[in-house]
Amino acid sequence: MQVELRDIRKTYGPVKANAGISLRIPAASIQGILGENGAGKSTLMKILSGFILPDSGEIFLDGQAVSIRSPADSIRNGIGMLHQDPLDFPPMKLIDDFILGHPGALGLGKAAAAREFRALAEQFDFALEPEAWVDSLTVGERQQLEILRLLWLGARVLILDEPTTGISLPQKEKLFATLKRLAAEGMSILFVSHKLEDVEFLCDRAAVLRQGSLVGEARPPFDTRTLVEMMFGKEVPLAERRTTVRESGILQVRDVSLEGLRIQMRNVSFEVRAGEVIGLAGMEGSGQSTFLGACAGLSRPVEGSFCIEEQDMTGRSHHDYKKEGVAYLPAARLEEGLVPGLSLTEHFVLAEEKKGVFIDRRKARRLAQERIELYNIKGRPESTVESLSGGNQQRMLLALLRSPLSLILVEHPTRGLDIESTIYIWSKLKARCAEGTGIVFISADLDEILQYSDRVIVFFAGKVSPPLPASSLNVDRLGALIGGKLWEELESEVAHA
Amino acid sequence: MSGDIILIGLAGVLSSAAPIIFGVVGETISERAGVINLSMNGMILLTAMGGFAVSLATGSLILGFLAGAAIGALVALIVAFASITIKASQVAVGFVLALLCRDLSYFLGNPIMGEAGPRLPSASIPMLKDLPVIGALFFRQDLMTWLSFILILAAWFFIFRTRPGLVLRGIGEKPAAAYVRGANVNRLRYLYTVLGGAIAGLAGPIFSLSVKAGWKGTISGLDGIGWIVLAITIFGGWNPFKAAFGAYLFAFLQWLGLVLQPALPGLPSQVLQVAPFPLMILSLLLVNIGNAEWVELSLAHLPPRARRSISRLLRAMNATPPAALGTPFAKD
Ligand SMILES: Nc1ncnc2c1ncn2[C@@H]1O[C@H](COP(=O)(O)OP(=O)(O)OP(=O)(O)O)[C@@H](O)[C@H]1O
Ligand SMILES: [Mg+2]
Repeated sequence: MQVELRDIRKTYGPVKANAGISLRIPAASIQGILGENGAGKSTLMKILSGFILPDSGEIFLDGQAVSIRSPADSIRNGIGMLHQDPLDFPPMKLIDDFILGHPGALGLGKAAAAREFRALAEQFDFALEPEAWVDSLTVGERQQLEILRLLWLGARVLILDEPTTGISLPQKEKLFATLKRLAAEGMSILFVSHKLEDVEFLCDRAAVLRQGSLVGEARPPFDTRTLVEMMFGKEVPLAERRTTVRESGILQVRDVSLEGLRIQMRNVSFEVRAGEVIGLAGMEGSGQSTFLGACAGLSRPVEGSFCIEEQDMTGRSHHDYKKEGVAYLPAARLEEGLVPGLSLTEHFVLAEEKKGVFIDRRKARRLAQERIELYNIKGRPESTVESLSGGNQQRMLLALLRSPLSLILVEHPTRGLDIESTIYIWSKLKARCAEGTGIVFISADLDEILQYSDRVIVFFAGKVSPPLPASSLNVDRLGALIGGKLWEELESEVAHA
Repeated sequence: MSGDIILIGLAGVLSSAAPIIFGVVGETISERAGVINLSMNGMILLTAMGGFAVSLATGSLILGFLAGAAIGALVALIVAFASITIKASQVAVGFVLALLCRDLSYFLGNPIMGEAGPRLPSASIPMLKDLPVIGALFFRQDLMTWLSFILILAAWFFIFRTRPGLVLRGIGEKPAAAYVRGANVNRLRYLYTVLGGAIAGLAGPIFSLSVKAGWKGTISGLDGIGWIVLAITIFGGWNPFKAAFGAYLFAFLQWLGLVLQPALPGLPSQVLQVAPFPLMILSLLLVNIGNAEWVELSLAHLPPRARRSISRLLRAMNATPPAALGTPFAKD
């Protein structure tokens, strides 16, 4: 189905999220949507899917003007949207999630729905079991479930808002194969992403947004440099690789066995050295998150020990780890790292060592102002954290870290960030390394792992590889390892070494 | 104690649990939609008084029950309006209403205090009532006790076996996800909060027209029941069957207190009257203990087989609340 957006406008207070965007997407094609953080991509997509109402503008489907005032309207018109964080129901069974929202008789008609579910899943080669629970799925599988559901609803226009941020390479390949096939069958697809290589690989055309306006369109063959320049209005130089590893050790992990609810890990040993960056790779839920939490004292190992600079920390509390200079930034940052409702100034006051009971307002504001400038945060001292865009929230978290630190443990340091912010965040992290801080991070983005790690540890279903030098890996080999392949080879290599 | 007396006692447990069941099912529906109706305690008192007053004035039992449902719906409407439209704190509004309704019922109920009024007759079923055991337990009950059985089944079936029930679960779990699937979240929340209020509003008249017939003001012995209803809703994991089990457990404990009193003359009678409340709290603790981290940690020392079966049991018992319980839904 052909989709046309005409002069779409939406403002939030002083912010023009969409300042008159017009775009035409032909039937049977994949349209890439690019743009820096806060450019207005999600706003435009949510308007098309009826999730938010535009201030003005029109939408045409196959040349016909349609009124889309709610998601119900967009569903009726065959538009389906895969939101960035999956809008599904984790505590339900797949089949219930699948049926919810599908029109039909009073009864659930589970048997018939399960039959159609299986048929669709088989058609796209998705290994999903209708009786399984949604919260047992990986992010990639949850996307697959959502896609099946949208197809079952009869979607002929599919919107995907940053679908590749949380998924691993094998899942991504499967997703792309599915999308290409759907487009070939006549579906129009809108694909929002920060990853230029994904857009270049997948899309028939690309539109670039900046500050709420359409600043350009491109067709294959795409030129990465031009796209980047359109997105940021300037060239963005890539940081070069450079390592800052020193001899001295920071964190010693000795024969650690861990047990999570679903996953068990046995006999993990390695050392993080001062100035070193270690990347933890693996499909979501392969144990890396549990492991990182244990390094911060959040769960106790069943066996083995954790030492920080040769001081035994096994069984000590997270608070003790903090005192030893360990900082932990979990994935759910807005829940755990930042406090919604508090201003930036208040955050800085909270993060400082507390002396006395009263807050020196003026001093606190000055401190906040300084840090905001230093970390290039787009916000004011009195803005609340939730009003910041994702990239700026990330910068805020870094700005809150104390210094000096011996170890930074971070999950997905740049998830959902644009190229410029990603480079910025890593330049700040690398600056910490130069001071001697060790960093252990989790990422679903293999390029990020390979680009910034000195060594890489791979997790697969509770199996934990020894640290592998990043120079010995490439995207294909790493992709195979996190998918559970090549492990025998790896184990024999380790046995010989 | 002879078998007959025990049977009659247990039949009494089934009927005295009926109002609690109406309260619990009503609250379960409301909370499944994401709205906590914390006014329950005052609301039960007000509907008990109101239902009795209307019956007394009109001589009609049906009108008495309808009045209870209407008052329950009205109180729930206030909760819905405050929490959905104004986006005020559900807990604060509900709590204030709980206090307000209680005082209102004592104040407005003063003139009819102690009056003898109509009472719901038992509706024995001719042949079935003579069946051994079952006859005494089930077939000599009154109409509302009957309806309480049906209500449990119907509510369970609606929530877990129908399409609108699935959407109901959805709007309480993740309203944004339900919204993108075409559900009108706020309208449905209004609907289910008011419906839940109407169902729970029958609890009061069941007390004042049947279980504890009449209106006796502060000595009615109803104050506190609403809080137990809220606790049982949690205990029941927002599932009508489990909630009904909680209601029967509570009614059983109350009965046990009465029966044991003569057997334990040394014990002050208040102890046995109050005992069901801490016992309910204890069972709540047991049900939710699996969530605690220290439990998980101490389980880690057990052999794997035992650990797995214990944690499976704990997991089956503890239910997670609807994730969006108590939070308003805004699209942007
Ligand atoms: N609900 C809201 N209230 C206030 N401002 C908002 C709201 N939603 C979006 N904005 C603002 O509108 C602008 C565009 O936001 P949008 O989410 O569309 O950006 P985006 O291109 O999707 O960015 P990202 O790549 O970070 O997802 C941003 O400046 C953002 O701060
Ligand atoms: Mg976005």
